[in-house]
Amino acid sequence: MSRQENLRSRLGRVRGLGSAKEGAAHWWGQRLTAIALVPLTFWFTASLAGLWGASHGEVVAWMRGPVAPVMLIALLVAGLHHLQLGLQVVIEDYIHSETAKWTLVIVVKLGAALAAVIAIVAVLRTAFGA
Amino acid sequence: MAQDDRPLSPHLQVYRPQFTSILSILHRITGVALGLGALALVAWLAALAAGPEAFAVARGVARSWLGCLVLVGFTWALFYHLCNGIRHLFWDAGMGFELETARLSGYGVVAASVVLTALAWLAGILGSGGAS
Repeated sequence: MSRQENLRSRLGRVRGLGSAKEGAAHWWGQRLTAIALVPLTFWFTASLAGLWGASHGEVVAWMRGPVAPVMLIALLVAGLHHLQLGLQVVIEDYIHSETAKWTLVIVVKLGAALAAVIAIVAVLRTAFGA
Repeated sequence: MAQDDRPLSPHLQVYRPQFTSILSILHRITGVALGLGALALVAWLAALAAGPEAFAVARGVARSWLGCLVLVGFTWALFYHLCNGIRHLFWDAGMGFELETARLSGYGVVAASVVLTALAWLAGILGSGGAS
């Protein structure tokens, strides 16, 4: 260790390294979306059970009600955010090649964002379209 | 690179599987599977927005025997991940760490996920007035 590094505090040396990179924000985002997803998932499964076998017209009518688009968009935002945070951890745990790891993390994060946009536009088109 | 030789965590091969460790890895497996479920939901919403023809195709796929099988799997994965996620939130709050409590809450999660899956499909099938 060079003399200059010796002058740095212990905190200064570990900051930005190791497991404490951005853990708190990631952990907190995962839990916050998890809490939001508890009621949203019960609403979602009950709704889909009620729509089993429904025709296109029946599902569109459901989507034009006041509750469905709000709950669905909340579910999509919270769910896909939760998904990409979780998949990021799985990728970081099992894939060690830096290139493959970061490529996959980027694909997962951008893919989740794209999926959210596609799904939300589809919900809005169904709810408010001609 | 020496870094590539380091063991990967979580270590699935080096420990004897236990009930709680199997539930733990199932949380991860169901989470990854639900990523595919999310794609199916996005596709279904896109088909709904595209119109009756596209929706009929999605409806046919969902109601085929393979589609139903996959959807039952997604339903169970969703309820398992939900119930075990609630178990995790209690752990995050510092509750339920005793071995016996963790084992019992594990049994509760498995039972609840199966019951909720059965309830959802019973409600769906009975509500639509006929089998699948």
